[in-house]
Amino acid sequence: MGNVLEIDRITKRFPGVVANDAVSLDVEAGEIHALVGENGSGKSTLMNIVYGLYQADSGEIRLNGERVEIDDPRDAINLGLGMVFQHFMLVDTLTVAENVILRAEPQKFRFVDYRKAEQEVARLADAYGLRIDPRAKVADISVGQEQRVEILKALYRRAKVLILDEPTAVLTPQETEELFQVMRNLREQGTTIVFITHKIKEVLAISDRVSVLRRGKLVGTRSTAETGHKELAEMMVGREVLLRVEKEPAKPGAPVAEISGLYVDDQRGTAAVKDVSLKIRQGEVVGIAGVEGNGQQELVEAITGLTTARTGKVLLHGEPIQHLGPMRIKRKGISYIPEDRHKRGLILDYNVADNLILGLHTQPPFVEHRLFRSERHIAEHARKLVEEYDIRPPNPELLMYTLSGGNQQKAIVAREFSRRPEFLICSQPTRGLDIGAIEFIHREIIRQRDRGTAILLVSAELDEILSLSDTIAVMYDGKIVAVLPAQEADERRLGYLMLGGDPHLPEGDAERGVTAT
Amino acid sequence: MWWEYVVYFVNATVLAAALRMATPLIFASMGGILSERSGIINIGLEGMMLTGAFMGMLVTFYTANPWVGLIGALLSGGVVGLVHAVATVRYKVDQVVSGTAINIFAGGFTVFMLRTVFDVAGTSPAVERIPTVAVPLLRRIPFIGDILGHQNPVVYLALILVVAVHLFLFHTVWGLRLRAVGEHPRAADTVGINVFRARYLAVIASGALAGLGGAYLSIAHLSRFGDGMTAGRGFIALAAMIFGKWTPFGALGASILFGFADAVQMRLQEVGIPRHFVLMLPYILTMVALAGFIGRATPPKSIGKPYEKE
Repeated sequence: MGNVLEIDRITKRFPGVVANDAVSLDVEAGEIHALVGENGSGKSTLMNIVYGLYQADSGEIRLNGERVEIDDPRDAINLGLGMVFQHFMLVDTLTVAENVILRAEPQKFRFVDYRKAEQEVARLADAYGLRIDPRAKVADISVGQEQRVEILKALYRRAKVLILDEPTAVLTPQETEELFQVMRNLREQGTTIVFITHKIKEVLAISDRVSVLRRGKLVGTRSTAETGHKELAEMMVGREVLLRVEKEPAKPGAPVAEISGLYVDDQRGTAAVKDVSLKIRQGEVVGIAGVEGNGQQELVEAITGLTTARTGKVLLHGEPIQHLGPMRIKRKGISYIPEDRHKRGLILDYNVADNLILGLHTQPPFVEHRLFRSERHIAEHARKLVEEYDIRPPNPELLMYTLSGGNQQKAIVAREFSRRPEFLICSQPTRGLDIGAIEFIHREIIRQRDRGTAILLVSAELDEILSLSDTIAVMYDGKIVAVLPAQEADERRLGYLMLGGDPHLPEGDAERGVTAT
Repeated sequence: MWWEYVVYFVNATVLAAALRMATPLIFASMGGILSERSGIINIGLEGMMLTGAFMGMLVTFYTANPWVGLIGALLSGGVVGLVHAVATVRYKVDQVVSGTAINIFAGGFTVFMLRTVFDVAGTSPAVERIPTVAVPLLRRIPFIGDILGHQNPVVYLALILVVAVHLFLFHTVWGLRLRAVGEHPRAADTVGINVFRARYLAVIASGALAGLGGAYLSIAHLSRFGDGMTAGRGFIALAAMIFGKWTPFGALGASILFGFADAVQMRLQEVGIPRHFVLMLPYILTMVALAGFIGRATPPKSIGKPYEKE
C-alpha cells in the first residue's frame, strides 16, 4: 500500500521559536503511525497544520499523492481527515447524536431528522465497537465515552485518516485498553491512524511505525517491531535516559503520619473513603495504587484539610490535625502536590515568583512589618528555586500560564519541596509530563525520601507506583484492600487487586478469582 | 369567603389583561433567548424595545398604517441589534457595557427625536393603532374564549412567535448550530460553523423582536409614544428569559406570570391599596423569581465571552 499522507518539509515559526523545522513524514495507508516527542517538540503543531488550524510557513502536504491546500478544518474534513483533540470539542448540553451530526445533520426541510441521526450514530458505533448511547447528554458521560463521541464525529464525516492527539492522557488504564481495541478495529476496516503520544509503552503496544520529533525536528522514523523502549527514549530526549529510578533501599524511621478508621464522604454525601488506616514513616514512600475515582482524591483532601472527614483520625507525630484547616495543617510541616495543578496548585494569572510563595505568603521572610510584601526576599526565593529546580524559561516575572505543563509542575514541586516538609503528599505528580520532567520529579521525590521525609504517593500510573514506592497500598472502592512491600508487588498483581480481586487468593488463582466475583 | 377574593383576582378578565401585559415581555424575552443562546448577553433589550416603540409610532405617524409601523419597529430594533453585534462580536466590547450604552442612548435618542420631530416633550401625538380583533369560533369557548377570543393581533403574533422560536431552536439545523455556538464556539468552529455570522444574525434578530415588543406598547396597546414608556420591561423580559431557563415556553410562562402581576396590580389599585406600593408588585415578583431560581438555571456556557479564532 502506498502513502496516504505525505508531509513534506513543513516549517512553522511562532514568535521566538521554530515549532516545526522542515519536518517530513510519510504515513502509509492502513497503518497506526505513532508520533512521539516530549512536550513542546512540535508534534501537536504539526498535526494542527495538517488539520488546517495553523498554516505552515513553508512546505507542502500531499494526500494520496496530490498536493492539497488546507486552510481550515472544514477543508480537512472535506478531504477525509479527522482529528480528536486533547481538549474535547464537544457541546456538553447536547446529546451524543447531536454532537456527532453537528453541521452535517440528516434533515428534512431544514428540520433535523433525529431518528435518522440516532440510527446512523448507533450503526457507526456498532461497526467499530464504540459502546455509547446516542441519546445520552454529553455532560452525563465519562471522559472515555466523550472520546468515543469525538472518534464518531470524525468517522461520521467519513474520515479516512484519523489523528488522535494524546488520546490516552485523560484515560484510565482500562479505558486505554478499550481505546486500543477500537484503534485496531479501525485499522482492520481500513482507517489510517496518526497517534500522538509521549508514552513509549503505548507506542510499542499499538503502533506499526513510529516517528520521533525533538525540538521541532524529525529525529527519525522506525518500524515499531524493530525498535525498543531504550532507543525511542534516547531519540526523544536526545541523551541516554534512566528508565528506572535509581534508589537505595529505604531506611524507615519513626512513624510521622498515622491515619486510622477514616471515613470521608464525597460531594454527593456517599462514603468515598471507607475505614482507611495507614501509617507513613520517616524516609519511606507509601504508594497508593488504584483506578482513579476509588477514593484516593477524597482521602488526600481529608488529610490536607480541604474536606472534613466523617469519622476517623489523622495524626501527625501523634497529634490530631483535622480540625486545623488547610493553612495551619500546612504549617505543621505537610506539603501537598495536588492532582490538578491548574485548579489547586497554582494561580495561573500570577507570575512565577508569587506562585512560589503561595501558602507561605503570610509568613516571614516574605512579609515585612507584618503587612508589606518583602520584594527582596520574594525575588531572591524565586531566583533560587528557578535555578535549583530548572524552571524554564528562567524568568520569575513571567505569568504562570505562559509556562509549559512540565515547568508549571516543577514550580509546584519547587515550592513544596523547598519547605523541607516532614510529610509530603504527592497526587499524580507527573500527570501529563514528558520523560525529562518525569525523570526530574522522580529524582526529587527520592531525594526528599532520603533526607527523611515521609511520603504518600497517589498515582494512577502503575510504573510510577512500582518504581518509587517502598510500601504499596491498593485502594479499591474506598477501602485499602491490600498493603504489600514493593518487592512483592508487580504490575499483574496490582492490576488484579485494583480491579477488586480477592487479596487472599494466591497469585496463581488470581484470574479465576476475578471471574468468580 | 376567601374564594371570592381569589375570583376577584383570578378571572378571565384579569387573565386576558395578563396576556396583554405579557405580550411585550414575550417578544423581548424571545429576542433575549436568541441572543443569549448564541453566547451574547443582551442587556440592551430595554433600549431596543424603546427604540422600537418610538420608531413604530413614527412610521405609523407618517404612513397612517400601524402595520407598516410594526415593520419599521422591527427594522429599527434590528439596526440597534446590529450595533450591539458589531460592538460585541467584532470589536469584543464587554457585552454588559455595550448593552448598557444602548439603553442610555435609546433613552436620550427617543426624547431628542420627540422634540425634534414633534416639538413636544413627554408624549407624542396620537397615531393609528392596530385594533383588537375577535376570533370567530375561539371567542365562543367558555372561559378560554374570554381570555383568548378578543385580543390584539399582535398578542396572537407573540404566541405564534413562541412556537416558532421553539421549533427553530430545538428542531431545525440552524437552531442546533446556534445552541452549539453559544455553548462551545470553538467546537462549533472546528466542524465548520461560522461562529461570527451566527452571532451577528442572532443578535440582530434579538433586536428586531425586542423592537416589535416595544411597538406593541406604542401602536397596539396604546396609540402614542411616551418617554421611557417601556419602564424596565426589557429587564423584566431578561428576568423572564432566565426564569424560563432560556427556553421559549419557559419564558412564555414567566412572561405571563409577570404580566399577571401587572394585571393584578391594576385590580389592587381599585381595592384602595396605595398606588405606589401596588406598582412595585411586578418588580418585586421579578426579584423574588430571580433570587429563588437563578441558582438552578444555567446560562449558555460561552455567554459574555467574545470568540477569538486561534
